[in-house]
Amino acid sequence: MAEERALAGVSEVQKKIRSAFDVFDHEQNQTVDVREIGTIIRSLGRFPTEAELHDVIAEIEEEEPAGFIRFEKFLPTMSRILMENKLRPVPEDLLLQAFEVLDQQKKGHLDPEELSRYLTQEGDPFSQEEMEEMLSAALDPEKNLIFYRDFVSMMTADEPW
Amino acid sequence: MGCGTSVAIENQGRPSEVAMKAAILIQRWYRRYVARLEMRRRYTWNIFQSIEYAGEQDQLQLSSFFSFMLDNFTQLNGNGPDLISHLLDSAVDPVVDEVRQSKYEQIVVPESYSGPRLSFPLSVTDTNVLLSAFKEQQTLHAKYVLQLLHETQKFLKQMPNVIYLSSSYAKEITICGDLHGRLDDLLLIFYKNGLPSAENPYIFNGDFVDRGKKSIEIIIILFAFLLLYPDHMHLNRGNHEDHIMNLRYGFTKEVMQKYKTHGREILQLLQDVFSLLPIATIIDNKVLIVHGGISDKTDLEFLASVERQKVKSALRLPKCSLDHSEVRTSSRSSSRKSGRVRLNSPCSAGRMSHKKKKCRLTKQNSSSSSSSSSSTSSVATPRRPPPSPRLPSPTEMLQVPFLDSIVSLALPEPPREELEWRQIVDVLWSDPKIQNGCSPNSFRGGGCYFGPDVTQNLLKKHGLCLLIRSHECKQEGYELCHNGQVITIFSASNYYEEGSNRGAYIKLGPELIPRFFQYQVSRSTRKLTLQQRVSVAESSALKALQEKLFTHRSELMAFFQQYDINNTGRISINEWAQVLDTVLRLDLPWRTLRPRLVRLASDGNVEYESCFENISAGQPLPQVTPNFAETLYRYRTDLEIIFNIIDKDHSGQISIEEFRQTWKLFSAHLGVDVDDQAIVDMARNIDFNKDGSIDFNEFLEAFRVVHKLDMKEQQQG
Repeated sequence: MAEERALAGVSEVQKKIRSAFDVFDHEQNQTVDVREIGTIIRSLGRFPTEAELHDVIAEIEEEEPAGFIRFEKFLPTMSRILMENKLRPVPEDLLLQAFEVLDQQKKGHLDPEELSRYLTQEGDPFSQEEMEEMLSAALDPEKNLIFYRDFVSMMTADEPW
Repeated sequence: MGCGTSVAIENQGRPSEVAMKAAILIQRWYRRYVARLEMRRRYTWNIFQSIEYAGEQDQLQLSSFFSFMLDNFTQLNGNGPDLISHLLDSAVDPVVDEVRQSKYEQIVVPESYSGPRLSFPLSVTDTNVLLSAFKEQQTLHAKYVLQLLHETQKFLKQMPNVIYLSSSYAKEITICGDLHGRLDDLLLIFYKNGLPSAENPYIFNGDFVDRGKKSIEIIIILFAFLLLYPDHMHLNRGNHEDHIMNLRYGFTKEVMQKYKTHGREILQLLQDVFSLLPIATIIDNKVLIVHGGISDKTDLEFLASVERQKVKSALRLPKCSLDHSEVRTSSRSSSRKSGRVRLNSPCSAGRMSHKKKKCRLTKQNSSSSSSSSSSTSSVATPRRPPPSPRLPSPTEMLQVPFLDSIVSLALPEPPREELEWRQIVDVLWSDPKIQNGCSPNSFRGGGCYFGPDVTQNLLKKHGLCLLIRSHECKQEGYELCHNGQVITIFSASNYYEEGSNRGAYIKLGPELIPRFFQYQVSRSTRKLTLQQRVSVAESSALKALQEKLFTHRSELMAFFQQYDINNTGRISINEWAQVLDTVLRLDLPWRTLRPRLVRLASDGNVEYESCFENISAGQPLPQVTPNFAETLYRYRTDLEIIFNIIDKDHSGQISIEEFRQTWKLFSAHLGVDVDDQAIVDMARNIDFNKDGSIDFNEFLEAFRVVHKLDMKEQQQG
């Protein structure tokens, strides 16, 4: 009985992966562009670092033709990630704490220049484009400050998965 | 120390361990947030495209309905609606040019008219005046529209099907794709790239009209520049330069609304003008530009020789008669039957069965029975992808028993008309695909999907190096495929919804290397964030999808309930997804969309009725069964087209009898069982002033769905 339920569970996971994969499978030929894998993995609720992402890609990317990932390779890898709870999601409260750590003086807001320098140089650096995009969403244009509490709410809102 | 930094720093500016961890965390979370947005953006796009293609698939239903009607005309004994004669109508009164010209000159423009007045031959003043007038939302008086169209018709008559151009060292040619009535996009292109002129040549690659609200203005501007700069302005025909498409996609309506007196005349003239538009443009014998694409049967020499103006609409399949067929016997019998064999007409809405080894050589009641049986086959399960009008290849043979021997019937060469029709439809309707080969484009109901090998072959055959086409909306306004040998260029930004896509145009110099320019018209003054743009588009897509669910409610519920044996109101996600797939036949990632469409119970199962929560009928329809109502909702657009065709003088009214006959025919074609009396009753109810005629627009308005959330917003004000 438990085994049946377990199998049903696996099958559900696989279908979920399939569904997400299909969104990016433009030609309906079971392949996606390698540049979309990050999006697919993340939209399935996982939080890989860039390094972890590269590891996954290296494992499953096609050699010939390069630049594509086939579903038959993606499925087992992704199933494993989900079943073994790898690349775990970061709890929302930790995100708020992260901002608070940076806001040493506990002002409730951050300076865009500082934050930019920080996020584009440390950790898994943002590209210029990513930074600009984040600022356009996070920055209060009148005060030229980032009220991170609001920003965190926005980012963590509406989590259906 | 007063430097005001808010970030933790220690040891000569190196951030602390904790701070670095914080950065990584923020980065990871942010990328996840962006990925979700991207996912939403992408499936929104899928939804729009899927529904659009499904809508175009309905196109074929309509054209097969027309064939069906033409075939069944005799059965109506002339009592049928005037649909048939309208379809067979010659477009314009067979009046001599000079007479028509003077007729237009005699139209009186009232003193009170403050719009532009054109004088022929046109000058730069005229085009400038037109542009500023249209920016001010003015309408050009019908007199000038007719004169403009008349001049355009005269001009286009002397143009060949395929136009050959040379690039030049001093200037680049600008190539634009679909505009679809979006005047703002055209004006933006002119603003960024300059107006057409001898120094600034343009090619517009079809689909100027339909969907957007300013189709006639676009046409006027494009034709005006065409007449002004005949050597530097070129227009290719698109699949929407087609009067039947216009009935469905809004151009006809737009013209009739803006031109109440002369609208019909304008439309008739346009029918002719559209069919006179050139089919293709070739630059330096190297770059081929057509609206849709190509097929493995495309032959540029043949294309150059066809009588293009005979193909008024891709949706009017040429009636082919197979009265004469060559019958070759395999035995050495000398007598040759001069063929009174009638085979299944391959071009009516039916599937030609090439695999039939035996067929009876009796004289079949060709069209009517075959098409009605074949339309039932496409109707009884309307879910099956409709057969596309495919012409048999001339080498296929039919083996047929005749007396003592087997007779090989060479399937007759389709008449030239059909081949010409096919050439044009392929070029106007085809789409590229990734895999090799050439398959019928069943989504669109016309043309083919052509693979890289087809492209390669055609380019090689004619010594070309590039194919530029339009016809498909692309998120970035353009897209390359087939190893860079095919470029899609699309110039209507925000085509599906505000923020859905960019528009683009190409500039081509003598080295023939394309440069791409993108833009996006923005209606709102405030710049939307990515999140907001995605949300707006997504909301619109989801509404469209919910409408689909609503109009198939009965069928969906029937299937849901089959799975829900214990009547719990719940079924598994898997079952839910399967039902949607089966019924709606929209290739969409249902599991990914699930959270947006339906509620989950605490046990992880789907509460299937919650699919229909957010949407309801606009008005209550008391006497109508749910099934009937849904059919009306679903085929609303088709009915609109049919009524518009019947309503020859575009008064908005048809008689109750015409209504009844039409509905009867349409429902017979669809295989929908509707009580005759129910229709008559409903019609009588709609005839408010009891004068025997129905305002069908009012009728159709009753079958609009309403989104409850919208209503709530409206109520809250």
